[in-house]
Amino acid sequence: MVDLTRVWDVMVAGGGNAALCAAITARRAGASVLLVEHAPRSMRGGNSRHTRNLRALHPAPTDVLTETYLEEEYWDDLLRVTGGKTNEDLARMCIRASQHAPDFLKSCGVVFQPSLSGTLSLSRTNAFFLGGGKALVNALYRTAEQLGIGILYDTEVQHIEVQDGFATEAIISHHGFPERVRFKALIASSGGFQANRDWLRKYWGDAADNFQIRGTPYAQGRVLRDLLDQGVHEVGDPTQFHAVANDARAPMEDGGLAMRLDCVPFAVVVNRDVERFYDEGEDVWPKRYAIWGRLIAQQPGQVAFAVTDSKALHNYLPSVFPPYKANSIAELAGMAGIDAGKLEKVIADYNAAVRPGTFQPMKPDDCRTEGLTPPKSHWARLIDTPPYYCHPLKPGITFTFLGVKVNDRARVIMADGKPSANMFASGEVMAGNILGQGYLAGFGMTIGTVFGRLAGEEAARNVRN
Amino acid sequence: MLQENETTAEARRHMAVCNSCRYCESYCAVFPAMTMRREFSTGDLTHLANLCHGCKGCYHACQYAPPHEFGINLPVTFAEIRAQSYAHYAWPRAMGTLFERNGTVVTLAAALGVTLVLLLTMALVDPSILYTAQRGEGAFFRVIPMWLMVTLAGGTFGYAIIAMLIGGIRYWREVGGGAPAPGPILDTAVDIITLRNLGGGGHGCNDVDDGFSSQKRWMHQAMFFGFMMCFAATTSGAFYHHFLGLRSPHPFWSLPVQLGTWGGVLLCLGTAGLIRLKIITDPVPVAKRLVGGEYAMLSLLFLVSATGLLLLVVRHTGAMGVMLALHLGLVLALFVALPYSKMVHGVYRGLALWRHAREKRGGGMVAAE
Repeated sequence: MVDLTRVWDVMVAGGGNAALCAAITARRAGASVLLVEHAPRSMRGGNSRHTRNLRALHPAPTDVLTETYLEEEYWDDLLRVTGGKTNEDLARMCIRASQHAPDFLKSCGVVFQPSLSGTLSLSRTNAFFLGGGKALVNALYRTAEQLGIGILYDTEVQHIEVQDGFATEAIISHHGFPERVRFKALIASSGGFQANRDWLRKYWGDAADNFQIRGTPYAQGRVLRDLLDQGVHEVGDPTQFHAVANDARAPMEDGGLAMRLDCVPFAVVVNRDVERFYDEGEDVWPKRYAIWGRLIAQQPGQVAFAVTDSKALHNYLPSVFPPYKANSIAELAGMAGIDAGKLEKVIADYNAAVRPGTFQPMKPDDCRTEGLTPPKSHWARLIDTPPYYCHPLKPGITFTFLGVKVNDRARVIMADGKPSANMFASGEVMAGNILGQGYLAGFGMTIGTVFGRLAGEEAARNVRN
Repeated sequence: MLQENETTAEARRHMAVCNSCRYCESYCAVFPAMTMRREFSTGDLTHLANLCHGCKGCYHACQYAPPHEFGINLPVTFAEIRAQSYAHYAWPRAMGTLFERNGTVVTLAAALGVTLVLLLTMALVDPSILYTAQRGEGAFFRVIPMWLMVTLAGGTFGYAIIAMLIGGIRYWREVGGGAPAPGPILDTAVDIITLRNLGGGGHGCNDVDDGFSSQKRWMHQAMFFGFMMCFAATTSGAFYHHFLGLRSPHPFWSLPVQLGTWGGVLLCLGTAGLIRLKIITDPVPVAKRLVGGEYAMLSLLFLVSATGLLLLVVRHTGAMGVMLALHLGLVLALFVALPYSKMVHGVYRGLALWRHAREKRGGGMVAAE
């Protein structure tokens, strides 16, 4: 039974990896900690439930990472995906601290897969959680329980009372009942606002109704909005989000990783009007994940169709929902509900433009089109071997970039540039400080772990002083 | 081949999600075996279901577990398919229906076995012998004549072995195991002896909840080796009898009694431990329809070993006669129920592990895709 009459040293808003790392660290430092999770127990963990790995610097091979991954390479990778929209000091601090993230998580009962050189394309840079993010979340909650951290499920933080950069108390809805929580320090680890359609609608209009939210439906951004409204410094482009090409038939929320489709490089992609709109063979995985969600979000009806033939079927991961399958392009178009004549022409034009080459599915090869607009610059093979397949696509939003500004001690910065007296942040709610755009696989969990630990440490120190 | 039905359709739906997610790839043999396939015939599903050891790691780690709308719950789905395959490959076929209400069937077998042997003993044996202390060579056979013991036990056990063998052969052929070449027997034996697939890679599996432990693995192996030691006790007893001319009861320090005693202790501990785990475990990843048969078989094994140990304690007293009848009645029930109980999982699990070891070695599936 969690005591809501007492004054807690630290209240953590959120229940994912960043929240748990913060809560555990603060508790280990001696603070009394209350963690407030919006989701019910069975759906706890925010987007961490859907994650799989974390990107960690390592100067030598470890039991969970192969070869080496040093600061400069890590920084270059980050610089490339963000296009420079990052904070170098914070980013480098995070990169350096990432070296210790796997060991910290292990100390919390998280189990990693042994490193398997060569089998996973990410096993050099990323440490994989055995069983994935939900197993990690389970382990962290067990540790939190053992440490005596108060945990409230089914409880939404609705308002933080902030005066002159000092948070005094929170109004929460606990199983639907309003309650008040008093605390000495706040850690906001409450995620982005990607599951809040009304908010997305402000920037994207009706298109927002067609966005699939890949992760937790509890990412409503309520704490984020509340803090920004009370004079916390904002970072990140509020209109932007990370999105991938999802199966158009996926659940509108919480479909998770398995809904993503990676068939695009081996397909021809058309929009609802049966027009190609981007070079499907532009770049190699993983960058293509990051661009196709946004590309489809900008198409009419926020939908697209990837057309392949039987040659390509085994070049990409199997999809959860079977693709449309037909023996002619026209029949396929009928199944997808798009214009058959137009699709036949698009495929015929494409086939006429394909130049011979040596197909290599795992790296950019020399199979490309000539005289086609837009071109397909790699993996372009004739679509001529029935049965033909079509995967309908929609944008699947992973997270939003808007966040609260923090310093290198995870302390929240107010709009006037002054650090908050007792507010800290970790995870998606502050990731925009480092990730201004784009995404690096496993970096979200790295930010969550690194800043979670920092926030926990600093909040506990704050309380002691 | 198993008929297409709601469960196979459900298993195929599960495979579609799991094969796109693959987060569980390091848990056990099921997931690498799944990754080798894109389409799942009922034979494939039967193979994967029998490869599954029911460790529940995949359920507790699953981002799509209920109450998620995908409701992925592989331990339950595979347990259902396993049960269907036990019924389908039962020999003779008609006996497959015994898997329907298996708890009742096994319990009835136990009750009838005990009753039958008690009644037979009372009818055949002079009460002055049955209720008085019997000592010295051939004491047991004065209570239950050796010819009866050998006929009943040998007959039922022999039948069980034949029935399970035929079931195994039909399973292998229909599920698509490929030509029975000698393949990686050693790997398979190691998998069975160590229960590697219940190890979760060293930290254990989810016996009770989302925490890791190795209780099920230890308890199962206590039961398994206990059973094997009891079997060895019987075999060595027969050897003593027929080849060394030594008649039971054997001294406590003799090989048959030592094997039987410690085997019985292990069997008691293992079955009691497994029953305890079944009671306290999170019920969601458990196929409730099937636990009756599992409780019944575990209880029967426990009673067989417990009465065996009690027999050792009272063998020089007047209680020996009734205890012997009780013990042998339970043994008879065990042998009769053997091919129509959870015990058949050993055959199909072993074959599934063997097939998987072959597929791994071959770098892919043995059967044509």
